[in-house]
Amino acid sequence: MLVQLQASTTMWDGSNWTRSRFEALGWALAALVVAALAVPWFLWRDSTVVAGLPLWVWWHVGWMGLASVAFYAFTRYGWGVGVESADPAATETPEVSRDD
Amino acid sequence: MTDTTIQLGIVGGYMVLAAAIGVVAYRLTDRTAEDYYLASRTFGTVVLLFTTFATLLSAFTFFGGPNLTFAQGPEWLLVMGLMDGIIFAVLWYVLGYKQWLVGQRHGYVTLGEMLGDRFGSRLLRGLVAAISLFWLFPYVMLQQKGAGQAIVGLTDGAVPFWVGAGGITLFMIVYVAVSGMRGVAWTDTLQGIVMLGLIWAAVAWILSAVGGPSAATARLAETDPEFLALGGGLYTPEYILSTAISIAFGVTMFPQINQRFFVARSQKVLKRTLALWPVLVVLLFVPAFMLGAWAAGLGVTVPENGNVIPAVLNEYTAGWFTAAVVAAALAAMMSSSDSMLLSGASYLTRDLYRPVTDLADEEPTLPARASLAGRVRRSLLGLAVSMGRLLRSDQDREALLARAGVVVFATLSFVASLSAPGTLVQIGDTAFGGFAQLALPVIVALYWPRTTRQGMFAGIVGSQVFYIAHVFVPATTIGGVTVLGSAYFTWDFALYGMALSLLLTVGVSLLTTADADERAETFTVGTRAD
Repeated sequence: MLVQLQASTTMWDGSNWTRSRFEALGWALAALVVAALAVPWFLWRDSTVVAGLPLWVWWHVGWMGLASVAFYAFTRYGWGVGVESADPAATETPEVSRDD
Repeated sequence: MTDTTIQLGIVGGYMVLAAAIGVVAYRLTDRTAEDYYLASRTFGTVVLLFTTFATLLSAFTFFGGPNLTFAQGPEWLLVMGLMDGIIFAVLWYVLGYKQWLVGQRHGYVTLGEMLGDRFGSRLLRGLVAAISLFWLFPYVMLQQKGAGQAIVGLTDGAVPFWVGAGGITLFMIVYVAVSGMRGVAWTDTLQGIVMLGLIWAAVAWILSAVGGPSAATARLAETDPEFLALGGGLYTPEYILSTAISIAFGVTMFPQINQRFFVARSQKVLKRTLALWPVLVVLLFVPAFMLGAWAAGLGVTVPENGNVIPAVLNEYTAGWFTAAVVAAALAAMMSSSDSMLLSGASYLTRDLYRPVTDLADEEPTLPARASLAGRVRRSLLGLAVSMGRLLRSDQDREALLARAGVVVFATLSFVASLSAPGTLVQIGDTAFGGFAQLALPVIVALYWPRTTRQGMFAGIVGSQVFYIAHVFVPATTIGGVTVLGSAYFTWDFALYGMALSLLLTVGVSLLTTADADERAETFTVGTRAD
């Protein structure tokens, strides 16, 4: 929780704008790697069977577990990156009433 | 008691249970639109996770998917994992969290409403709703067709297709119309748990009958050694990537999924759901799709128009268990269709019906006839105003209309399912690709304040025209180059449509300037929204 609070404080700070950009880029890169290796391309045409299942199925199962851990880490340390506004001045004041 | 009676008893008993949940939810639902469509944005982790998950699953999980792996090998589980477990999860954050923040701030219920408000355009709102309903319809039809076939297969034709599909349709209409989002989500949770439990029980039962996974895979290696090698046949890298990417983006624009971006109670719920996503996808699809592939090695014969999962279950397990799994498959279909009906109805009433009736109340001034565009706008607006006057009514009638929308939509798609052409997968893929064309313009609009109304129209209309032309116009060869075919340079045309949508949205936005009533700040949200 503390980590999150710090993260959002730095994002409000204009001087740290590049830092939050850097963070966003890092997370985007991590997401790309997680997506890219969900299919074990390096096992293409491989038909090794381990413990009753093709090896590439085991890789996929393990990788998806890893993806879950990566997503969990993101929700702990990266949440808000790229989505929440870095500039408080640009944020609209919340509307008091809703139409329904 | 005959087998058919037992089987129908299990399916019927399950449906009564789901209906009971719907009624309890109805008693807790108050009469506002936000509560009916969004359960007042109060969902916790378990309900949101399972309602989204169950909504994503469809006839494809138990029937179409295993049929594919039975015929082509188990690689579809990779497509599914990448698509639903990873790309969709990333979009859950990029699109979902952003939409959740914006929706919390401004009280939006639908995608069209959000975009229409931001770009000051009722026409855009209506266009997004109309396109969504256009693609939603064949998909609902697909679910009903699957339901009808499942019941025909289960009862060996004792119950005809139209009775099976019609019965499921009628049942859904009743509990969707009565209980709204809360009932749909609660039944989804039950359905998700039932599906997950039964698919594992099915795998355990069959594997213990044939001597374990090693024995089952060894038999597959004898009959179809090609199935064990990664790739080959249908599965090229281009196929895997095109399918996973276009469907994952398409999923986010399906009304019933997109609307779920608005319903979380807190950020904590969104976070937990994201982290659990890949695991849940593996837990369901790996056993379901492996079962289809193993069935090929076990020499199971699938009746014409039938499905491999019931066939393999009939051969190796008890009749009552096959019935229970078919009930779970029906649950998968209903949990998608009920949500589609509810969201479809909300698009219909909030984005098409209400804007038109509001317009009639405002008595707008018609644009001058000076130019061709002016004339077109003038006649469109005139038509809308007269329709609005015709339909104008009080709020009570809107609530009634929402439910009438559910009934009309479900009935029409049921009638269409009676003579539906093409296979389940083909129809499904068409709808997913059509929705995928909306995704990039929406992402651009959410993140890039320079996006203009004209940019949105260009991106959305241009890519839809491109995509629909490729779906419906037969391929032709002009000067040695095949156009309007299923792929260019081995990549699916849906991806080119998406690239076009991005190019048009950004390009036209750069070339035009925003009007005074376009409010870019609507989508700027800070951490204060929590």
